[in-house]
Amino acid sequence: MEAILKVENLTKVFSRRGWPDFTAVDHIGFELYPGECLGLIGESGSGKTTVVNMITRLTDATEGSIVLDGEDITKMSGRELRRAYRKMQMVFQTPTDSFDPRCTLGDGIGESLRNSGMSRAETKQEVARLLTECGLTPEFADRYPHQVSGGQCQRASIARALAVKPKLLICDEATSSLDVTIQKEIIALLNELRSHHGSELSILFICHDIALVQQFCSRVLVLYKGKIVEQGVPDEIIRNPKDAYTKRLIKSVL
Amino acid sequence: MAEILRYEHVNITYNGFKAIKDVSFTVSEGEILGIVGESGSGKSTLIKAAMGLLGDTGLVTRGDIWYKGKNLPDLPASELRKLNGPELGMIFQYAGSSFCPIRTVGAQLYESMTEHKHISKEDFRILAFALLEKIGFDNAQRILDSYPFELSGGMQQRVGIAAAMLLNPSVLLADEPTSALDVSVQKQVVEEMLLVRRTFGTSIVLVTHNIGVIGAMADRVLVMRNGEMVEYGETQQVLENPKEEYTKLLMSAVPRLRRV
Repeated sequence: MEAILKVENLTKVFSRRGWPDFTAVDHIGFELYPGECLGLIGESGSGKTTVVNMITRLTDATEGSIVLDGEDITKMSGRELRRAYRKMQMVFQTPTDSFDPRCTLGDGIGESLRNSGMSRAETKQEVARLLTECGLTPEFADRYPHQVSGGQCQRASIARALAVKPKLLICDEATSSLDVTIQKEIIALLNELRSHHGSELSILFICHDIALVQQFCSRVLVLYKGKIVEQGVPDEIIRNPKDAYTKRLIKSVL
Repeated sequence: MAEILRYEHVNITYNGFKAIKDVSFTVSEGEILGIVGESGSGKSTLIKAAMGLLGDTGLVTRGDIWYKGKNLPDLPASELRKLNGPELGMIFQYAGSSFCPIRTVGAQLYESMTEHKHISKEDFRILAFALLEKIGFDNAQRILDSYPFELSGGMQQRVGIAAAMLLNPSVLLADEPTSALDVSVQKQVVEEMLLVRRTFGTSIVLVTHNIGVIGAMADRVLVMRNGEMVEYGETQQVLENPKEEYTKLLMSAVPRLRRV
């Protein structure tokens, strides 16, 4: 099976005049296969977000390559990059901040559809379908981000990400700012989407809660100081951690 | 053990909105009480009320909060200010941002002490050194000379604990002390707080949405929902054998590590 996302030798060095160079991500490589849910775990400052920012091309990589669905996107820009974004979408940590406060949720979800030439009426229908798929009612399209709860807003941002039918969904701490009960609902929604879309949808799940990763992911990478220190099946790693950092991480879970 | 803090049928409103409805509980000397609930359930409001930190719009409309024979909501501001610090200490969620960013940690800790008693710089230094070492800093002088932003999140949080403990309060109110921290640092902070209770016999009221922290620290638990008490009892009983539907729901939502 061909990987949907293939990262090789990816490195990010932040340099600042008068300061020693700081290597945030140090030659990491991994593959994500269709239909898989890959967890990326590590403490703050371990480089999780830098990895995601490089994959989504929000930061340029210093070295290495990113191949999305057979296409090298490491140096893409402009029109080409916009086309690549139709294959990958993101769900952010703070749902309310990720929507334009002066537009309705429907505007936000339908924007990508309108941009790809869909008519207003069709867009409205599609937005309603997406909202229903994500467990909301079509009426939510007319609400503003501040008028809905955090959990509802996160559902809307998943609907927005799914609008262009991406092959890869990147969740950067998508449930960390939510209450445990809401977190459980969002995870249930993501699970439902996975079984519904099958191998059409792969998920890269960034998280610092190892117990949640164990519940949700089929494979996990442990990132520490910019390096992948361990990878494998979550149950296996938790039962038998090899690296010193992973051992400490598992020991500190209360 | 003697009881030190008692909430009696407390109601709190913000601009007419009822945030807390009829909550009662007690805290004994040396006890750790955990308050859990979702965001918006009123758990932070509950402990802010004891220190008079509800702001201009918040008001205790009914009920009493008794501390050593004094009803806290009825005290004039000047008297409450004397209690806040030496008697009631508070640890905030973002300890780093509760400090002034342009003054060193040492200067701020010293100021908070001189506000309540006469103490020479030298005595302060000895006291602060002893305390900072006790909560796990090897280089106390460096901490005192640092600005808050020069410390990591975990260090800031521990400095926050030090700031609250310096005046040796009998009750420590902790508002989400670990929610901004990584698990490994979280464990450190939990251990510091347990150490504080062991060495000083301090009572702690711990507000958090992290059930794991409650399980590791609290003697008793209060579960809140929409400003109302849902369940109140011994930690083990509430966590392992919850009676109310909502508590069951809350417990089942917590992702737990399977170590089999």
